Amino acid sequence: MSRQPAPNRAGRAALNAAAYAVTVFLLLPTLIIIPMSAGPERLLSFPPKGFSLRWYGEYFGDEDWIRATLFSAEAGVIAAVCATTVGTMLALALVRGRLPGKGLVELLVIGPVIVPHIALAVAMFLVFEQLRLTGSLLGLAMAHTVLALPFVVFTVLAALYRFDAELERASLSCGAGPGSTFLHVTLPLIAPGLISAALFAFIISFDEAVVSFFISDLDRKTLPRKMFEDIDFNISPTLAAVATMLTALTIAALLIGYALRRGMERRARRTKP
Amino acid sequence: MSRRPSSFLLGGRRYSPAASLLLAAPFLLLVTLVFILPLAVLLRESLFVPEPTTAHYARAFAEPVYLRVMLRTLLIAVLVTTLALILAWPLALVMSRSRGLVLGLLAAAVLLPLWTSVLVRTYAWMVLLQRNGLLNQLLQGAGLTSAPVGFLYTQGAVVLAMAHVLLPFMVLPILSALKGIPEDLTRAAQMLGASSWSTFREVTWPLALPGVTSGCLMVFLLALGFFVTPALIGGPQQMMISTLVSQQVREMLDWPFAGALVGILLLFVLAVAVAFKRAVRLDRFVGSA
Repeated sequence: MSRQPAPNRAGRAALNAAAYAVTVFLLLPTLIIIPMSAGPERLLSFPPKGFSLRWYGEYFGDEDWIRATLFSAEAGVIAAVCATTVGTMLALALVRGRLPGKGLVELLVIGPVIVPHIALAVAMFLVFEQLRLTGSLLGLAMAHTVLALPFVVFTVLAALYRFDAELERASLSCGAGPGSTFLHVTLPLIAPGLISAALFAFIISFDEAVVSFFISDLDRKTLPRKMFEDIDFNISPTLAAVATMLTALTIAALLIGYALRRGMERRARRTKP
Repeated sequence: MSRRPSSFLLGGRRYSPAASLLLAAPFLLLVTLVFILPLAVLLRESLFVPEPTTAHYARAFAEPVYLRVMLRTLLIAVLVTTLALILAWPLALVMSRSRGLVLGLLAAAVLLPLWTSVLVRTYAWMVLLQRNGLLNQLLQGAGLTSAPVGFLYTQGAVVLAMAHVLLPFMVLPILSALKGIPEDLTRAAQMLGASSWSTFREVTWPLALPGVTSGCLMVFLLALGFFVTPALIGGPQQMMISTLVSQQVREMLDWPFAGALVGILLLFVLAVAVAFKRAVRLDRFVGSA
């Protein structure tokens, strides 16, 4: 419209500029580490003075780093499998069932998000120490399962809401039992949601720093604990290499999650009337 | 329905209460064991060790050192929330009006930090802010400062880094509220002669308010109990309640007092969460992941 005054356009340009500046603020600190990690010198600098994979070699050559990485990966896989199984069962009960005390259960789901991780970490430390679970894979995997559960439950709930419940009803009225209906109708339809839930549960566990800082042991450290201590004592350039690899892992997970979501939406459009 | 009634299913499509409970059982068991029980044990420690007492709680308020830590925690959380809101608003607004590739890139800019390890991002800030870090190299290179400036362990550094780490939790709820505003509404307001300021004040802001509340609440609550960033960037100089709890547990081995500090933190967090019950919406973060 001709009434659209000029200051409005200027305002819009300023708004766009502000938004892009915030984007740069969000991305720059993480992304700037990537080129810096490939510098040859102890003192990280930008632009790096040359190219070298020295710090990556340092990481792969250091038994401590590798052991911490494998320990975290192990806990992450267990936590992802447990959280996805337990979370899917709960999501089914919430959506397709008549759960007594539903409100309370829903409160418990967001509990681990609202309660500060430091509170949980210290509380678990106290109890786990008495049960001799500190430093154990079991203790860590259980703790991370609980921390990842809220995200799994909400992801699976979203997947369940996205497809048409009539499909399940059709299967049931054609004589299939509830078990085979779940296996042959529901599960295939929500599978992409489950995979992405498991993926992000793994990331949550693998990156979790606070609880694992307290309940892992000195000789069985998680990767985040090892990073935490290395950052605290000496900001070594090996950390830049580790940070870069972790960022790459996150990007990969996000891309896979995005592809899964796209696939699920396309399928939902086909099955919904 | 012609199906014969089954004890497992009610009305042919819903699980019975018993079956639902069975499905929820592993969750309830796990949450009780690893979430409720440890917190209960810790709180018992704060109230009943060595004998039933509220002395540990009183100590947190009576000693100026601890009172100062709690007030600093509150102040930092408020500052972080304010800074995050100021930064998130323009980004969320532009995102809500973008389509296609631009939207994809902006969304990636928000989601990548959300899912990147907090340690990675805190480490990045330390690399930027340390004495021989990038910011000091830049400042000295430009001749603005002659000696390295100690940015680390200042309140400003803690607030900046925490706002950066928590920013996605502000952007996503605001974006989801803004997306719900029909475009016709703002256009109609402008056609009827409203200036951009009054369109903002009368249409956009009130309709976006639930998202803003939700984002502020999320960031505020997360900031109150944040550990990694204050521990590394703030150090002992900028001790917050989370780092004080850690110190009491790891160095002083004073479990009752640590329990009392956790109790105070929990009480405060839960009170705020209950007061704004409807604004606590986790689905906003998951839906976009």
